[in-house]
Amino acid sequence: MAQTHEPPHIRLANEIAVQFRHRDPDIAAKEIAVHIQAFWDPRMRTKLVIDAADPASGLDPVAVAAAALLTPPR
Amino acid sequence: MSLIKEQDYGTPAKPGEATVAVEIDGKSVLVPEGTSVMRAAAEAGIEIPKLCATDNLDPFGSCRLCLVDIDGRKGSPASCTTPVAPGMKVRTQTPELAELRRGVMELYISDHPLDCLTCPTNGDCELQDMAGVVGLRDVRYGYAGENHLDLETDSSNPYFDFDSSKCIACSRCVRACGEVQGTFALTIEGRGFDSRVAAGAGGSFMESDCVSCGACVQACPTATLQERSVVELGMPNRSVLTTCAYCGVGCSFKAELRGDEVVRMVPYKDGGANEGHSCVKGRFAFGYASHPDRQLKPMMRERITDEWHEVEWEEAIGYVGRRMMEIQTRHGMGAIGGISSSRCTNEEVYVVQKMVRAAFGNNNVDTCARVCHSPTGYGLKQTYGTSAGTQDFKSVDKADVILVIGANPTDAHPVFGSRIKRRLRQGAKLIVADPRRIDLVRSPHIEAQHHLRVMPGSNVALINAMAHVVVTEGLVDREFVAERCEDFDQWEAFISGSEHSPEAVEEITGVPAAEVRAATRLYAGARNATIMYGLGVTEHSQGSTMVMGMANLAMATGNIGREGVGVNPLRGQNNVQGSCDMGSFPHELPGYRHVSDDAVRTAFETLWGRTLQSEPGLRIPNMFDAAIDGTFRALFVHGEDIVQSDPNTKHVTSALEAMDLVVVQDLFLNETSKYAHVFLPGTSFLEKDGTFTNAERRINRVRPVMAPKTGKHEWQIVCEIAQAMGYPMKYDDSAQIMDEIAITTPTFSGVSFAKLDEVGSVQWPCNDAAPEGTPIMHIEGFVRGKGKFVETLYVPTKERSTRKFPLILTTGRILSQYNVGAQTRRTGNSAWHPEDLLEMHPHDAEVRGIGDGDTVSLASRIGETSLRVKIDDRMPVGVVYTTFHHPVTGANVVTTEHSDWATNCPEYKVTAVQVALKQPVTAQSAQTRAVPAMAE
Repeated sequence: MAQTHEPPHIRLANEIAVQFRHRDPDIAAKEIAVHIQAFWDPRMRTKLVIDAADPASGLDPVAVAAAALLTPPR
Repeated sequence: MSLIKEQDYGTPAKPGEATVAVEIDGKSVLVPEGTSVMRAAAEAGIEIPKLCATDNLDPFGSCRLCLVDIDGRKGSPASCTTPVAPGMKVRTQTPELAELRRGVMELYISDHPLDCLTCPTNGDCELQDMAGVVGLRDVRYGYAGENHLDLETDSSNPYFDFDSSKCIACSRCVRACGEVQGTFALTIEGRGFDSRVAAGAGGSFMESDCVSCGACVQACPTATLQERSVVELGMPNRSVLTTCAYCGVGCSFKAELRGDEVVRMVPYKDGGANEGHSCVKGRFAFGYASHPDRQLKPMMRERITDEWHEVEWEEAIGYVGRRMMEIQTRHGMGAIGGISSSRCTNEEVYVVQKMVRAAFGNNNVDTCARVCHSPTGYGLKQTYGTSAGTQDFKSVDKADVILVIGANPTDAHPVFGSRIKRRLRQGAKLIVADPRRIDLVRSPHIEAQHHLRVMPGSNVALINAMAHVVVTEGLVDREFVAERCEDFDQWEAFISGSEHSPEAVEEITGVPAAEVRAATRLYAGARNATIMYGLGVTEHSQGSTMVMGMANLAMATGNIGREGVGVNPLRGQNNVQGSCDMGSFPHELPGYRHVSDDAVRTAFETLWGRTLQSEPGLRIPNMFDAAIDGTFRALFVHGEDIVQSDPNTKHVTSALEAMDLVVVQDLFLNETSKYAHVFLPGTSFLEKDGTFTNAERRINRVRPVMAPKTGKHEWQIVCEIAQAMGYPMKYDDSAQIMDEIAITTPTFSGVSFAKLDEVGSVQWPCNDAAPEGTPIMHIEGFVRGKGKFVETLYVPTKERSTRKFPLILTTGRILSQYNVGAQTRRTGNSAWHPEDLLEMHPHDAEVRGIGDGDTVSLASRIGETSLRVKIDDRMPVGVVYTTFHHPVTGANVVTTEHSDWATNCPEYKVTAVQVALKQPVTAQSAQTRAVPAMAE
C-alpha cells in the first residue's frame, strides 16, 4: 500500500503553510519562517531552502516565501 | 519504617472555619458547623467505637456501635450521624453505653466465623479491634443458630476475594463503590437477616460493573473483601510512600511490604492527587515489576538478526560509548540522538537530555510526549505563556460546568474520573465532546447535558463554532478580556465570521447547530466552567490549533485564574508533564527555554562545562526520516516502545533497520528491541528513587522499596554512557540531580527531596515567589503577561474517508490496560482485556456481514492488521475504534504519517480504513473465546 512520496520537509512545510492561508501572505511567510526557525533541525531547513528554489518542488508559495526568510544555521 | 496507618476520623471533614464549640468527655473542641460528633471527638483525641463509619464516606448510622450520650437529649444517638451544636456536652464512655455496645457486638460475633488465628486479616480487622474495645468476653446467643457461615466465597476477581460469610452488612463497600468510585456496582440485596452484599444483579464480581478500583476492599472492616496477595503472603509489616507509575493522575500509594516483597499497594489518604482513591492499575497491577520476563542483565549483538548474549555492564556501556563516538566521527555530530521516557523520573529524564546535549553534543533529544501532548505544550505556551494545565485536580470540586473534550477520564484517568463524577452528582453540569458515547455521557446518577458527537478531525470547527456563539451572543467577559488579554479585537473579527457559525459547520462536525449553541450558552453562562481534555484533542493534524482554540474560549468567557475554571490537559503517562519540564524537547532546555536563548544556554554551559548547540535538534518523526535518509545513524531509546506506540509501524522499523546502533533501555524485551543492538535493563518504579510530575504539575516523590534488580539505577547508567564518551557526568544520588534541576530551572528552584519529604508534594512553579507551590496558575496575570488570543483557522485533515477506505479509525486506551501494555499485559489485568478489539456501530457491522466476535481485517492505505469486533452502538456510524495495548494486533500498522502541523504529534485519531470479515466466530470459538466485557 503506497504512502505519499512527498519528501518530509516539503510535506511538513506545506502543512504549516495551509494553517496560515487566512493571513496576509507576507505576514504568513514571516510567521511560518519564525516557526520553522524555532522548531526545525538545521538539516531540514537546509533542504527546504534548497527545494524552495525549485519551482517543481511542490512547495506552497507561502512556504517558498518563508524559506527565503530563514537564516542559515549558526 | 513500620506500617503507616492514617487516622480515621469516622466522617468527612466539613468546610469552613471552626466556629462550633462542644465539650466531649470534658474536653473542649472547636469544629466547623456540620461536623459530626464522632469527628469532633476524634479531633479531640477521643476515639468512639465504630464499624460502619469511615471518613471518606458519608455517615450511615447502621452499626449502632458509636452511640453516645448528649446532655439534654433523649436516648443514645449515633455519633456519626449527629452533627455538633454550640455548647453540646457529649459523653462517649458510660456503663450504659458500654453495655449497649457489647450487646451490638454480641450480635455481630454470633454470626461470624471465629477463625481469627487463621484469618488473613488477623491483626488488621476492625471487627476484631472493636470486640476488644468494647470488652466482649462472651456471646450469650451461642453460635448454633441460623447464620451465614456457609456462604460461598466469590474469587472471580483476579486480585481480591469476596467471602460473604465474614460480611457484617455495614454497607461500607456498597457506599465506597458509589460515593468514592461512582460506579454503583454493589448493592445490599435482601432484607433483614437475608441482607447481603451483591455485585450487580447478583452474579459474580467479574460479571458485574465492578471496575476493580479497590475502594470496597479498602473500606471493608473485616476480611470479607480481601486482597488475595495478603491471603497468600500474609500481612505486610512496613510501608513506603511512593507514586504510581501509570497515568498522569500520579496517585500516592503506600507500598506495603514484608521484607522486600510488595504485598499490596494501598492508596494514601494524604496524597494530594488522589486523596486515598485508586484504580485497578495502580492498586493491583504491580506484579510486572517482579515478572520473570524481566531482563536483568545487559545484552548485546552485532546485527539485529543475531542472537542476544548477556554481557557485564562495563562491556555494554563501553560498547555504547565507543560506537556512538565512532558513528559521530564518520557521520557527524548530529548523526546520533536519544529519546527520553515519560515513564521515568524527572531525574532520569534530566540526565538523558543532559547526556544528549553535553556528551552527544547536539539537541537530538525528544520524548514520547511528542506523540501525545506536544500540542498542549505548544498551544498553552502560545496563549498563556507556559506549557502546562492551569488547575489542580481539586479545583473541579468548584466547577459548575465541566466541558470534557476528547478525553475518557473514567478509563484513562480513572481516579480523576471518579472525582469528576462526584462533582456531577453534586449538581455540576456536563458537556462531552467526543465521537464515542463514553462512559461519562451516561452512567449511574450522571447524564451529560450535551453530548457533542463531533466527527474525528473536526474539533477546531467545533471550538470555533462555540467561540462564535460566545462572541455573537454577547457572552464575552469583556472586563476580563480588557484587563487580562491581548489581540482580542482581531480575534473577535475573525471568529465572528459567519463561516464559523454552528450552522455553517454543522455538516463538518456532525453536531446539530442548536446543540452547539445550547452547550455554549451553558458553558459561558456558568459561574465557573472548566475544560478537561485529552488525546482526542492533541492527536490530530490540528492538535495545537485546537489547544489554542480552547484557550481562546476560556479567556473569552473569563474562565481562567481561579478555582473551578481553567484549561486542563489530562496527561497520558505518569511523567509526561515532568519529561517535558525537564528539557526533553529538541528545541528547549529544562524549564521550556529555547536553545537559541544565549543567556539560558550560557548558564547551562557554565554548569555543565560544554558548549551547547543553539539550533533545535530532530524530533522523533524527523529522526526516522533522517535515518531513512542516511544522516541519522544511532539512537538511545529510554523506556519507550516506539515500534508499537508510534504511527506507521513499517516506517518506524525501516528507520531502525537503517541505523548502525540502536540502544534500548527497558524493563522487558519489546517490539523495539527486535531492532536493537544493545539492550540495557531498566528499573521498575518500585526500584526508582526520584520524582514524577503529574498532570496538575504536582511533583511527587518516587521512593524505592527495594534496590535495583539490575544492580544500577537508570540515571547511573546514563551517566556512565556519558562518561564512556568522555564527558564527566556523576552524581552521588538522585537528590543531587534534583538539586541541579532546582539550580538551573526557575520554576523548580524551591524543590528538593527534603522539601518534598517535609510537605508531601508541591506544584510548580515552586520558588521564592511561591515557596509552597502553585496549585492554580494565572491568578493575577498570565505567565506571558497578557493572555493572547490566536486566530484558529479550521483546516481539514488530509486524511479523508474514500470509497476504498470509507470508515474513520480512532485509537485510544481502555481502563485495565496501559499504553503498549508492557506492564499491564503481565498482570491479572488481562482478565478484562486480553486482546485489542475493534468497536463498531451495529449498522457498519451489518452492512459488512460482520457479527459480534468475528475476526476482521482492518486496512488503511498504510497497512493491514486483523482483530476481533465488538459491536457497540456507543460508536457513531462511520467511525471505528480500537486500542493499541497488544503487539499482536499492532494497531499502528495502519496509522499514518499525518501529524500536527506545529509539533508533529501523530494524527492517531483519524485514519481512513476499511473493515472486512475475515473469520466468522464459530459456535465453538464463541464458547471458548467469548468477547470479554469491556471494562469501562
